[in-house]
Amino acid sequence: MLKTILRRTGKFAAIAAAGLVMSAQAAEPIKIGSFLSVTGPASFLGDPELKTLEMYVEKINEDGGVLGRPLELIHYDDVGNASNARNFASRLIRSDRVDIIVGGSTTGATMAAVPLVEQAQIPFVSLAGAVVITTPVKEWVFKTPQSDRMAAERILGDMKDRGITKIGLISGTGGFGSSGRTQTLEVAEQMGIEVLADETYSGSDTDMTAQLTNIRNTDGVEAVLNFGFGQGPAIVTRNYAQLGIDLPFYQSHGVASDSFLELAGDAAEGLRLPASPLLVPDSLPEDDPQKEVVQNYKAEYEARWNSKVSTFGAYAYDGLMLAVQAIEAAGSTDKEAVREALENIQGYVGVTGEFNLSPEDHNGLDADSFRILEVQNGEWKLIN
Amino acid sequence: MLNRFMQMRLRDLVILAVILFALPLFLNNPFYYDLATQMAIIAATVVGLNLLVGFAGQISLGHAGFFGLGAYFTGIMTSNYGWSSVPALVVGAILVGIIAWIVGRPILRLKGHYLSMATLAVGFIIAIILNNERALTGGPDGMPVPAFTVFGWELSPFGSYNLLGMELNGSEAWYLFAAVVLLVAVWLAQNLIDSPIGRALRSVHGSEVAARVVGVDTARYKSLVFVVSAIYASAMGSLYAHFQGFITPAVAGFDFSILFITMVVLGGMGSTMGVILGAVVLKLLPQVLADFQELETVMFGAILMLTMIFMPKGLLPTIQMAVGKRMKKKAGGQA
Repeated sequence: MLKTILRRTGKFAAIAAAGLVMSAQAAEPIKIGSFLSVTGPASFLGDPELKTLEMYVEKINEDGGVLGRPLELIHYDDVGNASNARNFASRLIRSDRVDIIVGGSTTGATMAAVPLVEQAQIPFVSLAGAVVITTPVKEWVFKTPQSDRMAAERILGDMKDRGITKIGLISGTGGFGSSGRTQTLEVAEQMGIEVLADETYSGSDTDMTAQLTNIRNTDGVEAVLNFGFGQGPAIVTRNYAQLGIDLPFYQSHGVASDSFLELAGDAAEGLRLPASPLLVPDSLPEDDPQKEVVQNYKAEYEARWNSKVSTFGAYAYDGLMLAVQAIEAAGSTDKEAVREALENIQGYVGVTGEFNLSPEDHNGLDADSFRILEVQNGEWKLIN
Repeated sequence: MLNRFMQMRLRDLVILAVILFALPLFLNNPFYYDLATQMAIIAATVVGLNLLVGFAGQISLGHAGFFGLGAYFTGIMTSNYGWSSVPALVVGAILVGIIAWIVGRPILRLKGHYLSMATLAVGFIIAIILNNERALTGGPDGMPVPAFTVFGWELSPFGSYNLLGMELNGSEAWYLFAAVVLLVAVWLAQNLIDSPIGRALRSVHGSEVAARVVGVDTARYKSLVFVVSAIYASAMGSLYAHFQGFITPAVAGFDFSILFITMVVLGGMGSTMGVILGAVVLKLLPQVLADFQELETVMFGAILMLTMIFMPKGLLPTIQMAVGKRMKKKAGGQA
């Protein structure tokens, strides 16, 4: 029964795929596999990522494909669930036999697929943030977003520049917040910054006044950092303003989006965070190598989908472009050759930053690829 | 002879064994083995849950909590403390059994919706603990779990093995292992159902008051079966963790609990073979529907809804009834 059902689905897929392939050349397509959290709690990651992949695969095919072969995108929705992600990774590798995987919206989904990927020896570019994905380096696993560690380094670095050495930390208990908290504590110790208060909130909390009051009542706190994403940080921001706390306030890159500004309103005034240059494409200096890439991506995405561009989609853009560049450099889809080419990409200027990969660094970004932004008059302002 | 076979006590077990061992003839891809292995492990969990839901008539909305506890106990003990898989599985199952017994006694005094709410809360608490104890569990990002080992012999989905002269790859070996586990789980459940305990449980399902009147210690039997089903869940959670190689707190989550209950209800409460079918169908649907993209969730819901409207007794009992009617008709026509 299993087989018939799968075969029937296969036929469906074949018919659907046939429609796509007919428009492209007759050459055998290069298969790019992807599993993303397009629906479910992490859909704000997966949705722009899928849109970006679809759009640029189309565009690359219109321009003649890669190595004269069209790209074929095979994608599944893991609903933000790690065991689904593992199953779909298994399907991509063993059943669809893709040439490379670009996907994995969340750290959990990525890590669940890693053992399979390593065993099957297939290049995998992850779109998830946590530092564990590429530290220690895994032979076949790469990632495009900056790690939360870099965000912590950038934030604490900016604090130090302002002469702040004692901070209060508040973080979400979700994957992003708790990983960010761990990294912040580690980085703070290295940089000689004291974390005097350490509070947490859960993703569904609707009021963080109690935690913020604790931080305010802690003697010596000179600035407050919130690591989290979703609606939590917006509530923290509003509570922060309501309590009238008069200390510099930092957020993480997890809320670096225009919708956060809408949620937090006036309360966000004066807060700083590390973010992708995608939020301020026009205020980048002319000599910034990323300016053109960022502006183009934003314009193309917004024209095609009629919705606001998001930094998460940019991770998918960079992932796809790195994959394409590696396949071109390798001259084939031979997995080992592509892996090696990926590892040796130098100076690729993407939307997220400039990538310099090496066998020791499968991410290739440095903390400076984050820009520190400040909210001024309800808009993002580039600080440095 | 066919007649005698049809009346055999363990008929279902034989049929299941034949299906399980014939299945590899139709699987030609490690991905299918992967799915089939997961189905077998989940099905064994659901067989345990069915004892509670189908036979004792008690609803548990927190069973994934026990499943997750087993998975995490195995994960933590084998990767951080160097335990071997079997002791981790057994000790984990015993601990979960004790936890289930402690929370079960007061909870099972509750009735109807209150009981479901209480089990729901237990599941939530377990999930929250797994989420927040980052130092132990790795938090929401999950933790890796090493391969299943017995006396230094390793069963990894990526290894290759030799069984009675047959070359097996890791996926196939795991499938055979999971198939045997499922058979043992079903055999144990069948024996429990056919024992005096099983009869007592069914009397509880029928009418708790009547059961008490005829001298059944309902509280004891209810908590006993609650513990047994929790142990099933914990042991299968341990195997699942080994097989997956990576676990996140989602394995203890509410969604997963609901999935378990849905498998029982969809397949047919009180029918061991039925709930296995339920597990297979619900594990298979997301893969089959994956090609429909954004319609996937809608179709999933529609299929469940239509099944429940037109087959309220569950898939297998309804099919059996239809086949039975037909056969009777046929027999009547011939006479």
